[in-house]
Amino acid sequence: MSKMPDIAPLGTEGYLVRFADKLDDAANRGVISFAAALEAADLPGVREVTTALASVFVRFDVEAVSRAGLVAALGELLDSRDWLHPAEAERPRLWRVPTLYGGAAGPQLKEAADLAGVSEEVAVRELSQTRVRVLALGFAPGQPYLGMLPAHWDIGRLTGLTPQVPAGALVVAVRQFVLFANPSPTGWRQVGLTKIPLFNVNAAEPFALQAGDELLFDPVSENDFALLETDNMGGAKLEEAG
Amino acid sequence: MAHLSILQAGPNTTLQDLGRAGFLKYGLSRGGAMDRLSLLEAAALLGAGLDMAAIETPTGLRASVGVAQRVALTGAPMRAEIDGRAIGWNATHLLMPGEVLTVRPSGQGVYGYIAFGGGFDVPRQMGSVAAHLGARLGRALEAGDVLDLGEDRDLAAPPLVLRPESRFSGGAVRMVTGPQTGHYSAETFARFTETRFAKSGQANRQAALLEYAGESFDAQNALGVVSDVIVPGDIQMSGAGEPYVLMAECQTIGGYPRIGAIIPQDLPIVAQASQGTELWFQVISLDEADAVHLPQRAILRKTRDICEPMVRSPHDIANLLSYQLISGAVTGDEE
Repeated sequence: MSKMPDIAPLGTEGYLVRFADKLDDAANRGVISFAAALEAADLPGVREVTTALASVFVRFDVEAVSRAGLVAALGELLDSRDWLHPAEAERPRLWRVPTLYGGAAGPQLKEAADLAGVSEEVAVRELSQTRVRVLALGFAPGQPYLGMLPAHWDIGRLTGLTPQVPAGALVVAVRQFVLFANPSPTGWRQVGLTKIPLFNVNAAEPFALQAGDELLFDPVSENDFALLETDNMGGAKLEEAG
Repeated sequence: MAHLSILQAGPNTTLQDLGRAGFLKYGLSRGGAMDRLSLLEAAALLGAGLDMAAIETPTGLRASVGVAQRVALTGAPMRAEIDGRAIGWNATHLLMPGEVLTVRPSGQGVYGYIAFGGGFDVPRQMGSVAAHLGARLGRALEAGDVLDLGEDRDLAAPPLVLRPESRFSGGAVRMVTGPQTGHYSAETFARFTETRFAKSGQANRQAALLEYAGESFDAQNALGVVSDVIVPGDIQMSGAGEPYVLMAECQTIGGYPRIGAIIPQDLPIVAQASQGTELWFQVISLDEADAVHLPQRAILRKTRDICEPMVRSPHDIANLLSYQLISGAVTGDEE
């Protein structure tokens, strides 16, 4: 693999700026900072910026900027800072998301805890006290990939698929969570359930999360969880300062 | 109030426009018409702009209007009738209140488009009226649905026809290489470009599986590929080395390697290939792709220029008196 970061065309209307060829926490932070700087720079011809786990995609208007011009501008922004070692810490938003762990809400909590080599009680403590970051949104609208969990949570996926987990399901594998926006089949293990609405087309802000947000999945009792039914954010609260 | 009553709609009949751009970072693909050229052709026939919506159907429908409207029929050539009288495809027609428009697939192509002179007057969601079923936005149309239409202010415009370049029988599809093409050996890549594929029945608004005879197209260390950004037109290989072309409602990121991407102009060929239709790939450079690129506005303008007045003998025209015969010399491209 060539030297990273690199800039490569993807399709005929975009460029991909790759920071790593595997998932890496520092690279992902670099991706999110670079994407934010790119949006702020408002370069001529740039129509849209989006991020994946280790790359930034720039959609551009072929009529409004030349390829050479765009690549040069991207290169200049890339070289303007050490994206993998930010000088000052970013201050991400923090979401606190009430979560019901185990039981019917997390039918594979024990199995996941066993694979991570901890008791269920320790598992809930670790999963709920690790501040995880939205590494990327995708698969379904508003649906986050979250990481990174402690190293012993590098557990594999199921060999078969769970035919369906409900919307709001919190599932775990490979040091990450996925929080499901819609009922979905999955090969990851379900450890808990939340009620945060990730995509609501009729809301002023249709998408709750953005890449780089941090989340804490606070454990709640079954009774408290049931009471969240009436809250339109499912009890999820945003704390601005990181 | 002008409206369209859906009397019957086949599966996967939806309202579509050019989709919602700008939400990739939230995991929402643009969506919109599977064959954007057909949508622009309908807009050209009706003198409408880029924001026009049309009904997209792979399965046909029956519908009627409350107030007279011009109707444009484009895309996969279908059998169309007004009150049992056959009418031409790639054309506009006058649909009077109470008349029943019937559209049925002919077996050629996949998606037909039906648009109205007054346009659809339905609420936009995040800037678009397009149903994006993958994102649970909107829904398929069904019998009993009533959609508001705007007033058709150009009812007297003479009927127009288009003779579009055929894109309904597969053939060569141009592609460019991409960031993950290097995961394929030169030998595998060459074999890919020499292979004749057939569109499988496993195809929808998200993706289309291509079938072929021979060894699978395996990537080198495909499992090490980190999930990355997907664009419509990407040719993604499943774990079993089977190619899927990603379409309008594709996911925005994915972990399977992509051997390259079909250029936007040729994606309608894949969308409109019916099951079993032969497709093959022709690799072109980005410079070549840029040389054939046309912005949608230019495509619309160019298409308006090739709309022609429909020539028919008067005895075929049942409702002769409803046409303006003297001052109706409007070609639709005046500016």
